[in-house]
Amino acid sequence: MRGWLRSDGRKGIRNVVAAAYLVECAHHVAREVAAVDRENAHVIGFPGCYPNAYAQKMMERLCTHPNVGAVLLVSLGCESFNRHQVAEVVRATGRPVKVLVIQNSGGTRSTIAAGREWVAEQVAALSQVPTVPMAVSDLIVGTVCGGSDGTSGITGNPAAGIAFDKLVAAGAACIFEETGELIGCEAIMEARAATPALAAELRAAVEKAARYYDTLGYGSFASGNADGGLTTIEEKSLGAYMKSGQSPISGLIKPGDIPPKGGLYLMDVVPDGEVRFGFPNISDNAEIVEMMASGAHCTLFVTGRGSVVGSALAPVIKIAANPHMYARLSEDMDVNAGRVLEGAATLEEVGQEIFDLVIALASGTRSKSEDLGHQEFILTYKSFEPIGPACLPV
Amino acid sequence: MTDPRLMLLSPGDSVYVLRDQIAVGEAVMVDGHTVTFAGALGLGHKIARVAVAAGQQVIKYGAPIGRASRAIAPGDHVHLHNLISDYTPTYALNKGDA
Repeated sequence: MRGWLRSDGRKGIRNVVAAAYLVECAHHVAREVAAVDRENAHVIGFPGCYPNAYAQKMMERLCTHPNVGAVLLVSLGCESFNRHQVAEVVRATGRPVKVLVIQNSGGTRSTIAAGREWVAEQVAALSQVPTVPMAVSDLIVGTVCGGSDGTSGITGNPAAGIAFDKLVAAGAACIFEETGELIGCEAIMEARAATPALAAELRAAVEKAARYYDTLGYGSFASGNADGGLTTIEEKSLGAYMKSGQSPISGLIKPGDIPPKGGLYLMDVVPDGEVRFGFPNISDNAEIVEMMASGAHCTLFVTGRGSVVGSALAPVIKIAANPHMYARLSEDMDVNAGRVLEGAATLEEVGQEIFDLVIALASGTRSKSEDLGHQEFILTYKSFEPIGPACLPV
Repeated sequence: MTDPRLMLLSPGDSVYVLRDQIAVGEAVMVDGHTVTFAGALGLGHKIARVAVAAGQQVIKYGAPIGRASRAIAPGDHVHLHNLISDYTPTYALNKGDA
């Protein structure tokens, strides 16, 4: 594995330009700038006009993600997002950064032209940057599941868990998430915590999620989950929990917190305080974006019903849990964990295959969703308190 | 005897999980008894292994996944019509039998 060394010591497995819009009103311009070189220029952004500390932190983390080599910030000009601050944060890392304010740049056409020119210069410069050797212990890997069905918890999720165990054993940091999909797993999960105080934090995070979703009136459960044989949120949760593998849980982080060392971490994605701004993560990509903000170089995405998404900035590995779905959607799937149900592979074999795929990805191989041009991205409003001292035991 | 398409995930579970689909009206062996189903069942769906009284917990993966909303007999399809969450109610567009 070889990666691009950043000034904070982290290494990227990709070296792309982020074209970031700072309000929806600047989205079109950012998209048009990136459209001429989608492989090297990825669109990210925040649509809101009102300020939000979470969104600011997320954008700062994403613009300094190890896979990002340069950043174009596209502002309309009157939005509340603090473009000066994010530009300063990026500049402090040594990355090239350019701010284009549409209202000061002659409008749509001239801003697009200026953006394309700058991005082309950066892409040329980034292609000359030498790589450095990279070890598994340099990696942060996230996992999510989406479009789950009754096979997810039996094949894809436990296989991803085995891959996580192998990655953690080799020194990587691995992050699992969606506390709203761990409802019912509190007791078995807290038994794996590194310290009793962390165990209490893990339980509190899941209880917070249960309260939050209860107020909203819907669990983290889509209609298709039921079509696929899942009946209750706790049943879905027990399946989702399998993604975490068997390693001890080293810590609890919130979106944008970067794991301080190797190990297994739970990400608490449910906002703190009273229910505001709606559902915690409105769709799967919101979870992938939070994984990236916490430094994930790539994300393992287990799906039973058949999600086709990828992500901007950090590649997604698609793991099909359901062999029938794999047969229908094989062009989108990197791994067929459904073979386990047919007796054609063991969980251990699929887990090893996923581990090998992470290494290959970090060595430059492209995932299916990456090749297909999937670069989904979504970031919405949330609010969090910082994590407590018990969340990251030394 | 039990149909090889029925999988037991944990020894104390009250349900089997289907590793392959079952067609409408197909005879399926569940612990020595033949049962048939009114609709097709996709893989990942659950079939009761033991009787569960209304209000009692249903166990899968060795852990509770909710409560029987009515009495469940061995061989019954276990889904939205007879199992409810102890946490948040389940929302589904149809009856989960697509």
